[in-house]
Amino acid sequence: MKVSLFVTCLGELFYQDVAKDVVEVLERLGCEVDLPKGQICCGQPAYNSGYRKDAQKAAKQMIASFEDSEYIVTPSGSCAGMFKEYPGMFKEDKEWQDRAQAVADRTYEFTQFIVNVLGVEDVGAAYTARATYHTSCHMMRLLKEKEAPFKLLENVKGLELLPLENSYDCCGFGGTFAVKMVPISEQMVDEKVRHVEESTADVLIAADGGCLMNIKGRIDRKGKPIEVKHIAQILNSRA
Amino acid sequence: MAMKIGEKPFFDRVDDALENDFMRNAMASAQDRLRDKKLDATERDDEIGDWEEWRSAGEEIRRHTLENLDYYLDQLSENFAAKGGHVYFAKTAEDANRYIQEVARKKDAKHVTKSKSMVTEEIGLNEALEDVGCHVHETDLAEYILQVDDTDRPSHIVVPSLHKNKEQIRDTFKSKAGYTGTEEPSELTAFARSQLRDVFLEADIGITGCNFAVAESGSISLATNEGNANMVTSYPDTQITVMGMERLVPTWDELDVLINLLSRSAVGQKITTYVTNLTPGVEEDCVDAPKEFHLVILDAGRSNALGTEFQSALHCIRCAACVNVCPVYRQIGGHAYGSIYQGPIGAVLSPILGGYEEYGELPYASSLCAACTEACPVKIPLHEQLIRHRENYVAEQGKPKAGEKLSMKAFGIGASTPSLFQIAVKGAPTFLKPFVKDGSISNGPGPMKPWTAIREFPAPGKDNFRSWFKEHKRGRK
Repeated sequence: MKVSLFVTCLGELFYQDVAKDVVEVLERLGCEVDLPKGQICCGQPAYNSGYRKDAQKAAKQMIASFEDSEYIVTPSGSCAGMFKEYPGMFKEDKEWQDRAQAVADRTYEFTQFIVNVLGVEDVGAAYTARATYHTSCHMMRLLKEKEAPFKLLENVKGLELLPLENSYDCCGFGGTFAVKMVPISEQMVDEKVRHVEESTADVLIAADGGCLMNIKGRIDRKGKPIEVKHIAQILNSRA
Repeated sequence: MAMKIGEKPFFDRVDDALENDFMRNAMASAQDRLRDKKLDATERDDEIGDWEEWRSAGEEIRRHTLENLDYYLDQLSENFAAKGGHVYFAKTAEDANRYIQEVARKKDAKHVTKSKSMVTEEIGLNEALEDVGCHVHETDLAEYILQVDDTDRPSHIVVPSLHKNKEQIRDTFKSKAGYTGTEEPSELTAFARSQLRDVFLEADIGITGCNFAVAESGSISLATNEGNANMVTSYPDTQITVMGMERLVPTWDELDVLINLLSRSAVGQKITTYVTNLTPGVEEDCVDAPKEFHLVILDAGRSNALGTEFQSALHCIRCAACVNVCPVYRQIGGHAYGSIYQGPIGAVLSPILGGYEEYGELPYASSLCAACTEACPVKIPLHEQLIRHRENYVAEQGKPKAGEKLSMKAFGIGASTPSLFQIAVKGAPTFLKPFVKDGSISNGPGPMKPWTAIREFPAPGKDNFRSWFKEHKRGRK
């Protein structure tokens, strides 16, 4: 199966290791992965801040980069969710709306693609740890993918998955919210970190670079002994 | 005093809220409790069936009603008037207040009892009535507490005094109402009841808000739990109901659906203790109904939303389900919003009713986590409307900081020019190197400052992913 990777701007700038893990897992599952050249960022920072025109520029760039792809897979529920917003951004431009729709229809978040398209729930990973999982809001609510990551994590050998109190609450990232509303964001991420600590997990897993960057940033600032991992890093681990 | 709460700028209000540990703990535990009760009465309730179907039905009813608002308003007012009631369409809060003042003057009213008064809070009716010599008595327990406490303001749509605990209420009652008892809720309630009993008897006019008005019969419907609304509407000879122009349903059948959605979503009840339906016109020997019934139908900015992308904000049935799941409200409470409409719906509604000058910052007080959209029983796309507000705010010249506009413009260019992005990707490690210590950045330059004020920023990875990918592909061939 041919899969085009949308690596995301955070993936390309900060989380190259995660991106490599994504490629390796997909290849192990029999996918032929390519990396369309023109891809940059989904445009969410501008879109969510109210700068629709600037977001449209990013969206057009992405649509043009991925419209020949059979499947578009990205290790971020939030960025995949943004692709799904594209058709709505071009209501006054039928041609771009159609092109946006075609791309949106073929876009999947990484774990969603593995479970729902490839039909795989056990990727043969092994990772020994007591872990808890952060359900990113955009993945849960915009992309409406609540189950795929859990199905995959349940089959990781050695992984003990612990419940996370108030898991449905946002971690306080919210893109520019994290820098525009620092005092509120701080309280939100602190509550999230407190719940992670209370779960007694040693590792926090999530499927979104933004949430990870926010929660890990706060955990590290406070010097907490909790590791933060993208789900691709867990799924690409072998015994 | 009306819709607006306090004079301080938004961030000062947020700072005040964040320093108030008691309030924040109260908000968090109330949210957890209300959320759980709501789930018990909705998604986890076997009796009601498929909750999503109920939501869809609610959405459809609200959409249909709003799309035919002129028709149903006409029908409501005709039916209400045909039964002897008086209908007044108020374009502004001032119009509504003036009309109600006039009724009070004509009746030579000295005492007014009130219940279910969110909308009268919005228009500042109490002050208007006091200006014409009326004593206004709030009779909902929570509103009574706020009134005794020198007219503190509501912090929650359904539970207005959520920010106070029983000890604070005891102290307020002691210092301002001559209370001598303990902080026991039953004792506090008994005191309020004894204070209010005489008030009910001496009231010249009863004023309520309105959960819904039924167009087909010209009735108003009140969902309540305390019984006081029934006292307010049955003792005085004159009754005034103030309703937002959107708060109506076509027939009793739709009322049935919406009362279910409201009670279950608001407080996790299958139905409220009382659902009181009132229609003007009384039989000759009827003693517990008002002889004169006024219905004030209020616009006050609502029509700003009609025919726009914000029309569905008027679908709101004021259940506060969105408030009860909002992680921002959880941290800052209701007063920080500076409006009597708080939380996500407040951040959507307040700018519609009060303008961006006053409430333009509220739509940014959300991480767009969409918990509100998921919770709304009539499926208002709240997080999307927050984005639409931001777009409007940005479009208004000079509103956001010039620097932000510039950086978003740069973002637009950067995010659509692959070569520039690659320069950034390759240049980032070198550019940020002086700031990196132990693999992360603790004190970032320029726009990174607000991020690193409370968190570490990741150091850019040393490898170039695209180069790795090329090598990797070559190796696999």
